[in-house]
Amino acid sequence: MALDQSFVGRSYPPTRPYEVGREKIREFAEAIGDPHPVYVDPEAAKELGHPDVIAPPTFPFAITTKVAQQVIEDPELGLDYTRVVHGDQKFSYTRPVRAGDRLSVTSHIEDIKSLAGNDVLLVRNELHDEHGEHVVTTHTKLVARAAEEGAPGTGTAAGTPGE
Amino acid sequence: MTAKVRYDDVEVGTELPARSFPVNRATLVAYAGASGDFNPIHWNEKFAKDVGLPDVIAHGMFTMASAIRVVTDWTGDPGAVIDYGVRFTKPVVVPNDGHGTVIEVSGKVAAKLDDDARTVRVDLTVVHEGKKVLGMSRAVVALA
Repeated sequence: MALDQSFVGRSYPPTRPYEVGREKIREFAEAIGDPHPVYVDPEAAKELGHPDVIAPPTFPFAITTKVAQQVIEDPELGLDYTRVVHGDQKFSYTRPVRAGDRLSVTSHIEDIKSLAGNDVLLVRNELHDEHGEHVVTTHTKLVARAAEEGAPGTGTAAGTPGE
Repeated sequence: MTAKVRYDDVEVGTELPARSFPVNRATLVAYAGASGDFNPIHWNEKFAKDVGLPDVIAHGMFTMASAIRVVTDWTGDPGAVIDYGVRFTKPVVVPNDGHGTVIEVSGKVAAKLDDDARTVRVDLTVVHEGKKVLGMSRAVVALA
């Protein structure tokens, strides 16, 4: 089913700020198996010139997925969430995310297209800190596979398809 | 940002130390919790097979997080990563056999971008069971 093209160009207002906690960063770093001290030891972070521990480069995705869910689960958009796979992902940093940041996410639907029966959705998220300064932009490509195709792709979009 | 690798010491073609990252079912459970991605294809074998997958697969974002470690371990400062993007091309299948599987990552300097900002582009090759699982896996990183 084709997605509602009127969603292209739509923006969603900034979310309530997500406060980045030291322990959340620690948990995430442990989950990806990365023992780098800059993620857990404020002194090690300061030695590298950071005011506090920083988060691994892919950490912002854990923040943006919750926001993106509101967008892609909008029934008007017409996305069959059980058929969605993660196509591409990109992060563009002004500075690393660090403990104590209060990050607001602004989402933009950049494009919707149909390719070979698959719906492709491009979402951009801008993350700003509590001072309104830009921290990181994320680009996510989601692909909703055509219903008759048997082989799913690769990574997955976040969230749990309805069981 | 305090990278320990000097811009002047690298050239196009400089290879980064390659790494192998193990991943098993427990890894995926931990990553699901930390990331908030509880999609059952990452922990429920029956569900994964019902939607046409060979078995439980790793989160694409876990593979992406693993791959950049070759860059962050090399530079010494994960905060030196400016841009990082990947395309998810093949799934990483994680069997329930007690030891799981491995993601192998190598990288090399593909371009020196800016002599003033001392930025380079690193192209990563990410392989699982002999097949590339990420495409267009590239990072821009600031060096010392």
